[in-house]
Amino acid sequence: MTAHFKQDGPVESNRLDGMKQGVIGKALPRVEGLAKVTGTAPYAAEYQAANMAEGVLVTATITRGTVSSIDTQSVLAMPGVLAVIQDSRMTTRAAQGTAGQAPQQEPQTVSYWGQPIALVVAETFEQARDAAKQLTITYDAEEGAPLDPQAVESEAKEGQTVNQGDLAHAMAEAAHSVDVTIDTEGHASAAMEPHAAIAQWEGDKLTLYASLQMLNYNIAELADALGIEEEDVRLRAPYVGGGFGSKLGISEEAVAAAIAAKQLDRPVRVVMSRQQVFQCIMRRSETHQRLRLACDDDGRLTGFGHDALVSNLPGEAFAEPVLQSSHFLYGGDNRSLSLNVARIHRMTAGSVRAPGEAVGMPALEVAMDQLAEEAGIDPVELRLRNIPERNPEEDLPFSSHKLAECLRQGAEAFGWDSGPRTPRQHKEGEWWIGTGMASAARVHNVSEAKVRVSLIADGTALVRTDMTDIGTGTYTILAQIVGEMLGLPVDKVMVELGDTQNPRGPGSGGSWGAASIGSAAFMACHALRKTLAERVGTSEEELSLKDGIANSGPSLVELLDGKELSELGHYEPGDIADDYTASGFGAFFAQVRVNRFTGEARVDRMLGAFGFGRVLNAKTARSQCLGGITWSIGAALTESLMFDPNDGHLVNCDLAEYHMPVHRDIGEVEVLMVEERDPVASPIQAKGIGELGMCGGAAAIANAIYNACGARLHHFPMTPDRILAALPD
Amino acid sequence: MKPFQYTRPESLVHAAQLSQDTEALAIAGGTNLLDLMKLQVETPDRLVDINRLGLGEITENTDGTLRIGALVTNTAAANHPRIRADYPVLARAILAGATQQLRNKATTGGNLCQRTRCYYFTNIDQPCNKREPGSGCGAIEGVARLHAVLGTSTECIATYPGDMAVAMSALDAAVHILAEDESERTVPVRDFHCLPGDTPWRDNVLEPGEIITAVTLPPPVQGKQIYRKVRERSSYAFALTSVAAIIAMEGDRIARADLAFGGLAHKPWHDPRLSTLLVGKLPSAALFDEAGDLLLEDAQGFGENDFKIPLARRTLAAVLAEATETEI
Repeated sequence: MTAHFKQDGPVESNRLDGMKQGVIGKALPRVEGLAKVTGTAPYAAEYQAANMAEGVLVTATITRGTVSSIDTQSVLAMPGVLAVIQDSRMTTRAAQGTAGQAPQQEPQTVSYWGQPIALVVAETFEQARDAAKQLTITYDAEEGAPLDPQAVESEAKEGQTVNQGDLAHAMAEAAHSVDVTIDTEGHASAAMEPHAAIAQWEGDKLTLYASLQMLNYNIAELADALGIEEEDVRLRAPYVGGGFGSKLGISEEAVAAAIAAKQLDRPVRVVMSRQQVFQCIMRRSETHQRLRLACDDDGRLTGFGHDALVSNLPGEAFAEPVLQSSHFLYGGDNRSLSLNVARIHRMTAGSVRAPGEAVGMPALEVAMDQLAEEAGIDPVELRLRNIPERNPEEDLPFSSHKLAECLRQGAEAFGWDSGPRTPRQHKEGEWWIGTGMASAARVHNVSEAKVRVSLIADGTALVRTDMTDIGTGTYTILAQIVGEMLGLPVDKVMVELGDTQNPRGPGSGGSWGAASIGSAAFMACHALRKTLAERVGTSEEELSLKDGIANSGPSLVELLDGKELSELGHYEPGDIADDYTASGFGAFFAQVRVNRFTGEARVDRMLGAFGFGRVLNAKTARSQCLGGITWSIGAALTESLMFDPNDGHLVNCDLAEYHMPVHRDIGEVEVLMVEERDPVASPIQAKGIGELGMCGGAAAIANAIYNACGARLHHFPMTPDRILAALPD
Repeated sequence: MKPFQYTRPESLVHAAQLSQDTEALAIAGGTNLLDLMKLQVETPDRLVDINRLGLGEITENTDGTLRIGALVTNTAAANHPRIRADYPVLARAILAGATQQLRNKATTGGNLCQRTRCYYFTNIDQPCNKREPGSGCGAIEGVARLHAVLGTSTECIATYPGDMAVAMSALDAAVHILAEDESERTVPVRDFHCLPGDTPWRDNVLEPGEIITAVTLPPPVQGKQIYRKVRERSSYAFALTSVAAIIAMEGDRIARADLAFGGLAHKPWHDPRLSTLLVGKLPSAALFDEAGDLLLEDAQGFGENDFKIPLARRTLAAVLAEATETEI
C-alpha cells in the first residue's frame, strides 16, 4: 500500500504532538553512534571485495586544451599495473546537486588544472599511485584561459534580477544610507571522508559502494554516464563521512571505478587523495558583492540593493545563489538585486555548505551593521524595525517567522548591551574586546520522498529508504518519528538507509532531508495506524500506541497476528511553495577579541538563536547548529581557497593549508532553539536546520571585530593581515 | 609512492654509512617525510630507520648544558621538567607547532630537518627549484602568502616552517652530527640551516652520510623567555611570523636580548645586530621601532606576503614590550 500525500496547503493537524510514546524531540544519542565510534560502520572505501584492483585518477597539468597523447606503455610494464583507462564516458567534474544526469564527460578535453583525464589501475594502491605519477602525457594547451572573475565580462543569472521602484532615488533621498562592496573568498566543503567508490559487476548489473548524499539522483547520473539503465545500477552508501555539498552529485571516481571494473572484469576501488578532493570536486565561488541600503530617520529601509558577481566554468548552470535570502529578509520598497556569473577556468563551482546565504548573509549583515551605526540605532533594534509582514518582492505570506523572537531572546541570553557602540571601549592586555550580532536566514526546502515502513510480526518496525545519513542524524530522527507514531521505543525501530534497492528518499542536501523523509515516514505510519485502528475497532484519531500496546489493550504482536504490515510513505511537496515564503530564521551574537599588535582575532563566545519549526531531536539539532556556528567562524576568520594567478590551480589543497577552525578557535558556543510548529513547511511541521547556523554568523564576528578595534573590513576571511591593514591609527 | 627499500641498521655508524647514498633518507618519526613520499616530492630508494638506535634521552651535563637526543619526541622535550623550567621558550615553541598527535611522533632531529610547506614545493606538477633544480619558482609569480621576506633569492622564497628551531636559535643551541667515518662535528643551530641562494635544494648543512645525534642547549640564562607565534588559526598552522626571545633586564636597562624569528626566511632568522642595538638601552617604543627597522631593513615582499613586514615589526614590538614590561 502507498500512503501518498501531496502538500498543497498547511497541515494543521499536528499529529506528532498528540502521540504517546514521548520520543519525538528528545535529545537521544545517535542510534548508529556506537557503530561509528567502534569502527564497525563501514565507509565507502572500507568494503571488502575478492580480487579487488585499485585505481588512481590521473589529473591534468594544464588549464585548458586537449590531451594529445598518454604514453601508457611507459607504465604498463611497471609491477602490478593492470590498465590505463581512457574512456570518453569518464567524467571530468562532479555532477551538480539534483542534476540527475551525467556531468561533463570526454576527459581528453581539459577545462581546468587538476581535471581527471585517465585512471591507472593496479594490484595495489601504491603501485597505482606511483604509475599515475609516472605517466607521460602530452597536451595541446590553449593559452590565455581566463582565470580572474573580475577581468572578464560576466553574464546575468536568469531569474535573479529584481528591479522594484527606484533604488538610486531612494539612496539619494535617504536619511541614512550605506553603499559598500564586500568580497568573500572561495570555500571547500572539506568533508572528513574523501570521495571513494568500489565498483563491482555481476554480468550487466553494477553495484557501487560510494560516499554520496543523494542516491535518488546519483543513480540516474551514474547510469547516464555509463550509458546503462538505472535498473542495472545499485548504489550503496549507508554511512557517509560528511558531505557538505561535495557529494550531492556523483564525482569522477565513481564513474571511473565502474568503467574500470567492467573493463577488467573484477572489482575496482578508486579513492581520491585529499588533494584531488580539493582540486577536482567543488569549490564555493568567491563573491564580489555590492550592498546598498537606504533608510529613513527611524531606520526603516526605503531602499535595498544587493548585486553579486560569482564565477564558474563555462557550461555550468550553477551560480552561487548569493541573494537567496536577500529577496525577503528585510523590507524596502525600492529594490534592486542582481546576480552575475563570470566564466573562468578554475575548478567547478557548486554547492558547498549553505550555498548562497553562507556568503550572501554575512555581506548583507555587515552592511546592516554599518547602517545601524550611520543611523545611530542599536543593530538589534534596526533589524526588528525591518522585518517585513510579507515577502517584499512576491507579496507572499511567510509560513512562520521567528526572527523577532530569535533577536530578542538571543540578545537577552547573550547579555547584549543596547547602549552606544563605539569601537575600542574594552581592553584586556593586548586585546580589544567587542561584540557584534547578525540575523540568520536560510530558505526552507522540501523534496519528494519515499520510505517503506513495515511492522514486523515480532512487534518491531523496519524503515527502509535510499535516503542517506551524512552525519546529520537521519537514522535517529526516523527512528524517533516512527517510534512516536507507532508507539515503539527507538530501539525497536530498525532503520536501513543508503541503498537504492529501497524506495527513493529525498537525498541529503539543502537542509531538506529531515523534513522531507520525516514527512514520508509520517505518512506511512499514519496509514499503518489506520489499519491498526481498524483491528482494534477504533478510529485512527482514537488509537493510542505506546511501548507496543494499543489503547492499553492488545499488543502490536497480537494485532499483527504473525503477519508483517507494510506501507510506502510518499511525500510530495505540492503547490504550497507558490503560496508562502518559507525560511528558517535566527540571530547570532558574538564576542570577539582582536590583538592590537598582531591583528589576530579570536572568538570568545558565540550564541545562535534559531527558529526552524519542530525540533525532531534536541541533541542532533543542536549539533547541527554547533556545526553551522563552527563554519561561521571558519568563514569569518580562516577559510579561503587560494588559486594560482597563472594557471588557476588550487594552491592550498589539503587540511593543513585550508584552514578550517580547530577546537581552540571555537570559544564558548551556546545554542538557543526557539521552538515553533510550521504547518506549511512540512506535514511534521519541521524546517531545515543543517545550514542555518552559518547563514550570517560570519557577520556577527566581523561586526564584533569592528566593535572591538575599529577595523571595518569588507573582505572575508578576516585574517591578521587584513585586520592590520584596516586598523585605524 | 615510489617503491623503496627499508633498512633497520644495527648501529648509528652503519646508519650513517647507509645514508651516504644520495638516494637514501633517514627516517625517524616520519611525520613530514612520509607525507612527502606519498606526494612523490621525496622519492628515496632506501629508507634508513634510525629509530631503536638510542638517542631518545635527555641528559644533564656537568657543565650545566642539556643534551637532547635526536630521537627525543617533541612531546617528551616539551614536557621535560628541565626544559619547562630553564628553557620555557623552547617548550612553548614546540607546543606551538603541529598537533598533539604529530608531536607524539615527531623527533628533535627530524624537526630540524623538516622541509618547507611552500605550496609549489609540495605539488610535483608545479615548478620548484628546491624540488627540481632549474625548473623555476612557482611562488614568486604565484601565491606567496607563506613565503619569506628576508634572505630570499631569485631561485627560491620558501620559508623554514618550524617553531622548535626558532627557539633553539634564540637559545644558541648546538647540533651534534655524526659522519659515516665516525667523526663528529658540532654546528650552531644558527648556522645549521642555509639560505636558498643559488642552491635552494639545500635546506641545511648535513652532508650525505651525516646524521644528527643530539642538540645541546647552553647553560640556563637569566631573563624572560617568550615564544610568540602569529597565525589566523590558533593551532595546526604554520607561523605567519614568530618571535623567540630571551630578554633580561638590569635595573631599567636591557642586559640581554637574544632574538630569533620564524616564518620570515629559509631558516630561523637570527640577526646579531639586534642584540647589539638593544643591550644597554632603556626600553621604549622608539627603541623597539628602531629594532624593527634594523631587522627588516632588507626585507622584500612578494605581493601576497608583503604583510609579513609590518606584522614582524609589530610582533617584535609586542614581544619586547611584554618582556621589558613597557607600555607602548
